[in-house]
Amino acid sequence: MKHVGLLACISALVLCAGGAAAQVSDDVVKIGVLNDQSGVYSDLSGLGSLEAAKMAVEDFGGTVLGKPIEILTADHQNKADIASNIANKWIDVDKVDLITDVPGSSAALALQEIMRQKHRLLIVSTGATSDFTGKACSPYGLHWTYDTYALAHGTGKTLVEQGGDTWFFLTADYAFGHALQRDTTAFIEAGGGKVLGSVLHPFPNQDFSSFLLQAQASGAKIIGLANAGGDTINAIKQAAEFGIVEAGQNLAGLLIFISDIHSLGLQVAQGVVLTTGFYWDMDEETRAWSKRFFERRGAMATMAQAGVYSSTLHYLKAVEAAGTDEALAVAAKMRELPIEDFFAKHGTLREDGRMVHDMFLAQVKTPAESKYDWDYYKILATIPADEAFRPLSESECPTVKK
Amino acid sequence: MTEFLGIPTQALFGQLLLGLINGAFYATLSLGLALIFGMLNIVNFTHGAQYMMGAFVAWMLLNYLGISYWWALLLAPIAVALSGAVIERLLLRHLYHLDHLYGFLLLFGVSLIVEGAFRHAYGVSGQPYNIPEMLQGGTNLGFMFLPNYRAWVIVASLIICFGTWFLIERTKLGSYLRAATENADLVSAFGVNVPRLVTLTYMLGAGLAAIAGVLAAPIYQVSSIMGANVIPVVFAVVVIGGLGSILGSIITGFGLGLCEGLTKVFYPEASNTVVFLVMVICLLLRPQGLFGKRG
Amino acid sequence: MNLRLLGLLALLALALAVPFLTYPVFIMKALCFAIFALSLNLLLGYAGLLSFGHAALLGSGSYITGDLAKVWGLPTELALLGGLASGALMGLLFGLLTSRRAGIYFAMITFALAQMVYFLALQLPFTGGEDGLQAIPRGLLLGSFDLMDNDLMYYFVLAVFIAALAFVHRVVASPFGQVLRAVKDNEPRAISLGYKPHHVKILVFTLAGGLAGLAGGLKALVFGIASLTDVYWHTNGEVVLMVILGGVGTLFGPVVGAFVVVLIQNYLAESGAWVTIIQGVVFVVVVLLFRRGIVGELAPLMRRLAGSHGAKKRSAVTQEESPHG
Repeated sequence: MKHVGLLACISALVLCAGGAAAQVSDDVVKIGVLNDQSGVYSDLSGLGSLEAAKMAVEDFGGTVLGKPIEILTADHQNKADIASNIANKWIDVDKVDLITDVPGSSAALALQEIMRQKHRLLIVSTGATSDFTGKACSPYGLHWTYDTYALAHGTGKTLVEQGGDTWFFLTADYAFGHALQRDTTAFIEAGGGKVLGSVLHPFPNQDFSSFLLQAQASGAKIIGLANAGGDTINAIKQAAEFGIVEAGQNLAGLLIFISDIHSLGLQVAQGVVLTTGFYWDMDEETRAWSKRFFERRGAMATMAQAGVYSSTLHYLKAVEAAGTDEALAVAAKMRELPIEDFFAKHGTLREDGRMVHDMFLAQVKTPAESKYDWDYYKILATIPADEAFRPLSESECPTVKK
Repeated sequence: MTEFLGIPTQALFGQLLLGLINGAFYATLSLGLALIFGMLNIVNFTHGAQYMMGAFVAWMLLNYLGISYWWALLLAPIAVALSGAVIERLLLRHLYHLDHLYGFLLLFGVSLIVEGAFRHAYGVSGQPYNIPEMLQGGTNLGFMFLPNYRAWVIVASLIICFGTWFLIERTKLGSYLRAATENADLVSAFGVNVPRLVTLTYMLGAGLAAIAGVLAAPIYQVSSIMGANVIPVVFAVVVIGGLGSILGSIITGFGLGLCEGLTKVFYPEASNTVVFLVMVICLLLRPQGLFGKRG
Repeated sequence: MNLRLLGLLALLALALAVPFLTYPVFIMKALCFAIFALSLNLLLGYAGLLSFGHAALLGSGSYITGDLAKVWGLPTELALLGGLASGALMGLLFGLLTSRRAGIYFAMITFALAQMVYFLALQLPFTGGEDGLQAIPRGLLLGSFDLMDNDLMYYFVLAVFIAALAFVHRVVASPFGQVLRAVKDNEPRAISLGYKPHHVKILVFTLAGGLAGLAGGLKALVFGIASLTDVYWHTNGEVVLMVILGGVGTLFGPVVGAFVVVLIQNYLAESGAWVTIIQGVVFVVVVLLFRRGIVGELAPLMRRLAGSHGAKKRSAVTQEESPHG
């Protein structure tokens, strides 16, 4: 009798699996990795993110609910219109179920609207704007790795607590830079610090010497770089040239990836303080995964790339658990299941689509402190998940019930 | 402390000096473009790409062969000039009998190819190139801290600008060049190999772009898009100076550097755009440019 | 004559069948760029003026249409007309500022003007700066048909495109078109005949501006977005590529060029670096070997083929004089 019971159980399971598999639209789960593969974000996202997504699919076993998982990729060249074009085609023609990564706030926001209309999931890892889960939030849009609020909070609040209470901003003159400066200023002032001045620089900008001189003249303890990519790199490089850090001021980069530090070299970048969602050299788990990534890409993963892995894996788990690839059902499961992997410590996915997890305040090591390749950061503080991101009570997302 | 429009004069001095340094850099950067236009009547759209190649060759020399900055300053321009010779002989030569716009478009295409290739190979976040040891550190001038490397940029730029002007305006080779572009038939009748002179001019222009690239390498990241970023400004310098006038682009380079430096103090958001504003105003009032002869 | 009519009818049938054959959004994009290229060709092909700042006109159209449709809630048709008008106004302004220039100087000053428009697009509050204008609604056609339906939107875009093409054809064939060519070929002679070349140039720039604005507005509606890409200086080069690749001074050339360039972008979107390289190669090859462009090279060939079928009377028309493919 026991055996009959077992048999019944197994056949029930098989039936279940069969039934669930029928829930996968067009018998394949398609994931589109859409990012910048040739422009300013190609090193911190780009093909590295694609590789991370592939690793997630392989680690999951290559199939979900008995159906194959397929990865598509495209280069949106940092243009929101190309991004929209590709996303529309992917959904209309290729029947993509999930689009992920999406650097560039404009592209991320453009896709948010498309996915809202077409009822597919979007997981942003590289895109920065906190509006994504704020004003522009959508039941289909999830934000995984970091956002402008978390960066401002991590760097602004923590540095003031540690005595960096006077600031001067070099701000990229566009929405992203303005938002970073505004949010960081709020934290600085809340912590009793003061912003002595700021300068809006054109975007992109090559020569920062004039702005650095103004920052130096202000006498602020911290020079906040509310910019990204090439602008941040050039600002840090020229700050080293003008002896800013040696003269006693500190640079705080509001958005810096490990690929930027690698490109700058420690000689130039030493002492810069930044907030990151992931660092490869934290514990055994992060090192083990990063080693695998390094073997495939020849570089350590940025937080954006690690975030793509984490989110893709979690998505697949949720598809499995939900027994369907229908977007809202999967999103519900993603919110339900705990997120705990090498990337996300204490992670949960909130109703506004924001994935909250621990963030870290890090400082770039001096060449003398760095013991081996890619030994770049020392972690100054851990910002716990429930503090790191904008609380739901302050959310601008219209669907959040307060 | 004395103030000027709300800015302490001391700080203003610093900003003006920085403007001057940038101006020196712009002057060097636009020299090659002005030369090629003045002599060959071609807008060398690959100028930005050649500037980028100069920086990249310096970077490659250092990283692959361990050759220092000082040698790169000599070798990189030669390498880029040789690649310029290839472009001129293989492609450009076939378009001299046509409207100049075709040359302009051809070179635009070439610049896309070169930049795309470097982008494909090296990405865009850029490679670090450290300041040579001899020029590290800086001097405190009282009103500002002047990095030695920036001081070197001014000195080098002045030497290069003067050298180029001297070569074209005051030497025998220069007079051949000018004559050949004025009246090619006549000059070749005197037994001068005009096509070779043309190639040489193009190589010289490309080499000048490369020198600017090597000068820039330690200040900016060596990246495949560095040329695309500066080319609009350089065009403005050359157009304002009067297309083809070497002296014009040198003076305009310095002038625009100062102008931009002041904008950075008073209205920094517009510092990338002020150059174009000056260009439009200038072209409306004096279409041939400040020092241009042709209309 | 019959052959040509047949060809046109076949093209039209093909265009109408697109939603049944392929994914229409791609074709819509190509059609928008085709209108944009037609606009540049009006200047470059018929007036001999290389505008290297054409992106500014496209961008003004897409921002204004986007703003009118999204923020002011205007009906689609009016929003589109607004884009057209803003493009025309900017064209007028550009024309006023540049009408006495030619050649490289004309290219350079249009380029500088476009850079200033880029700055405005970055700074003005209504453009959304770096984020651009998102979620521009396509709205209802004639107040009742929902354009969110891709097929319906496609037919709308196609209709606008055909109107634009007919307009260009009309302009070129009109007495004004003759004057335009007279000015292009020999400005002093045109002056001595009593024409005022700079008035002609201002007018043609205004017309081209309107077309470019229309293209921009249409593009904003199709994709629901107006962004800095539209005004970035690489777009200037891209549209020039479309025109010379297709055939400068031919009616259908810009259309063909736009389709080819959009095709390259679309199928090589996996790698932006390769898109750049291939565009560069196409530029070089076309400039060196096929300066008349695809249509310019093919048209005489087709005519010769048609000629062998007995339509000998057309041989009186030389290739250069007949801009119609």
